Amino acid sequence: MALFQIAEPGESAAPHEHKLAVGIDLGTTNSLVATVRSGLAMVLADEHGRPLLPSIVRYLPDGTTEVGYAAERHQARDPHNTVVSVKRFMGRGLRDIAHIEAMPYDFVDTPGMLKLKTCAGVKSPVEISAEILKSLRLRAEAALGGELVGAVITVPAYFDDAQRQATKDAARLAGLNVLRLINEPTAAAVAYGLDNAAEGTYAVYDLGGGTFDISILRLTRGIFEVLATGGDSALGGDDFDHRVFCWTLEQARPQPLSPNDARLLMAKAREAKEYLTTHAEAPMTAQLSTGEVIDLKLDVDTFAGITQTLIAKTLQAVKKTLRDAGLKPEDIKGVVMVGGATRMPQVQQAVGELFGQQPLTNLDPDKVVALGAATQANLLAGNRASGDDWLLLDVIPLSLGLETMGGLAEKVIPRNATIPVARAQEFTTFKDGQTAMAIHVVQGERELVEHCRSLARFELRGIPPMVAGAARIRVTFQIDADGLLSVSAREQTTGVEANITVKPSYGLSDDEVTGMLKDSLAHAKDDAQRRALKEAQVEAQRLIEATSAALAQDAHLLSATEIAQIQAAIGKLQTTLLGDNRVQINRAMDELGRGTQEFAQRRMDQNINRALSGRTLEELDALGKMENRGEKS
Amino acid sequence: MAVILTEKAAQHVANYLTKRGKGIGLRLGVRTSGCSGMAYKLEFVDEIGEDDTIFESNGVKVVVDAKSLPYLDGMELDYAREGLNEGFKFNNPNVKDQCGCGESFTV
Repeated sequence: MALFQIAEPGESAAPHEHKLAVGIDLGTTNSLVATVRSGLAMVLADEHGRPLLPSIVRYLPDGTTEVGYAAERHQARDPHNTVVSVKRFMGRGLRDIAHIEAMPYDFVDTPGMLKLKTCAGVKSPVEISAEILKSLRLRAEAALGGELVGAVITVPAYFDDAQRQATKDAARLAGLNVLRLINEPTAAAVAYGLDNAAEGTYAVYDLGGGTFDISILRLTRGIFEVLATGGDSALGGDDFDHRVFCWTLEQARPQPLSPNDARLLMAKAREAKEYLTTHAEAPMTAQLSTGEVIDLKLDVDTFAGITQTLIAKTLQAVKKTLRDAGLKPEDIKGVVMVGGATRMPQVQQAVGELFGQQPLTNLDPDKVVALGAATQANLLAGNRASGDDWLLLDVIPLSLGLETMGGLAEKVIPRNATIPVARAQEFTTFKDGQTAMAIHVVQGERELVEHCRSLARFELRGIPPMVAGAARIRVTFQIDADGLLSVSAREQTTGVEANITVKPSYGLSDDEVTGMLKDSLAHAKDDAQRRALKEAQVEAQRLIEATSAALAQDAHLLSATEIAQIQAAIGKLQTTLLGDNRVQINRAMDELGRGTQEFAQRRMDQNINRALSGRTLEELDALGKMENRGEKS
Repeated sequence: MAVILTEKAAQHVANYLTKRGKGIGLRLGVRTSGCSGMAYKLEFVDEIGEDDTIFESNGVKVVVDAKSLPYLDGMELDYAREGLNEGFKFNNPNVKDQCGCGESFTV
């Protein structure tokens, strides 16, 4: 017998055509699946009524797997084959991972993404995540009584292309159709914004198990816009556990730990942390396999002391992100708390102090992301709910651009631009008769390409031979709603085209992303000077090319002495441009410019004479423009 | 003539209406479609039509249009759980036969 849900007026689905869609919060520590039932987003619990699925996968020798609580029970006994926090490995290489020495896994460093050796064979993080997603899919199908048309999966705002793609791959492997990936804080805002219909500028502080995200969002009537995002993709509740773990070792000084004992103490550390949310003191007791007994007491003040720097780190990221958005703490109307770690009273207090207001915690911080994802999934699947005419805007974390002459990075899409987005910019050829152009796509905030991250390279061929600067090549950068980039280049007169979709090769590590942002600030002045020097060098080189070309063509307009003078000036410029003195280069350019004024005048007269003898006015006009462009660029 | 909600069903409807933030009540209806001829309609109500009949059951307004009423008269709407799945269930004495899943029926 069918069970029905209530539809919006006039929106009843035909029999057997209900579009079942879910939102999935694929978390570092716990994962959830939610759906919209009778217009209300709700988390789907398992057969024991538990909403969370621990993001833990255990591989058994017979090739089968255990996921969630079943796997969690064995994590202390079978740490090699029980994978926790696999999200930290998504799209990452071995060298990107912090605290690797504390992990009980046999890592295999393969190109692109690391893998883990288990008793059931070598597994990639994509395969392991797929097990978690499959478990959630089966739960949802049982709860909704049918196959899913699709899912919205959330990812941290800081996830780069490689990590997003890995998440999509895992979903496909789990038999899920991905409707869209959305940022976790954005999903949280969806859940809060729709439930409370609140307008204004909000901050979403998301301290999950393994990631910290801060997003500044503007909610105006019907529109969600992410103004800025920041954070640290290697900071979360796990790190607080790790601090307690380290504190325990310092206090008790046990023998070197076996992997099992390390796992046991980590679990105890987490228990103590959670206990301190509602108590002033937590017991920290454990019996190790060596027979040693640890019996400590951790009080709130000590805990606050050892975790102070972690909270301070999050607050720094908050301040930086506010600056990015051009806002002050007092501009924020409300602060949304997301992630289980925000239950810690000292986190709520520190955030409250920074913003001068009590943060919002009225939705369960563990569920809020999944609920928002479910709302979005319901919409994307074509099931309208009351009042959803809203549009979701998201942003890119790092600028995207391409390499121009002299190794300079030209930004095409600036960081924090809202996506989906398409931006086009025109470029031209540097040399006469140039028929191909290399396009090097880079990501980062620095002025020089060597300091940015290289994403892709491709070539546009078949440009018709023209004078330098005459070709018009339109390069379009397009980022889809999932944050994936495609770049195309098109020569405007002939229509020859080349394009590339950036296939993520290797993920940026957390340190790299934060490092790149920090560098851009630290080196801003330096970079500006270097950019000016490079620009001067490129300009000087172009002037030499142009003058030499003119000499080769129209030497008959000059006397031998004049030619010698010009060539001397060229020679001088050539020597100075090898150095790094921008002032000298500019002076030498001015000299060459003055030395060729008379020559330019004579060439102009000659061209006009030619034009009068049988050229159209349009051609004359075009000629003038070309010269003009040459002088300017 | 009557259409009633069980207490459980009424509670769920009231809860959904509160969360939704607007709506007068619950519309029950039938339309011709589906593998067995007729299909149920279960929707929130924002506007009452001219040919609508309104019942009140366990504190919830139930709205049925004139064309649907003969097919639904005397029925009870329940809220049930089946395994992990849960939702509203039509207990309709007018139904002679239904498709395997019960989403559509004949009278």
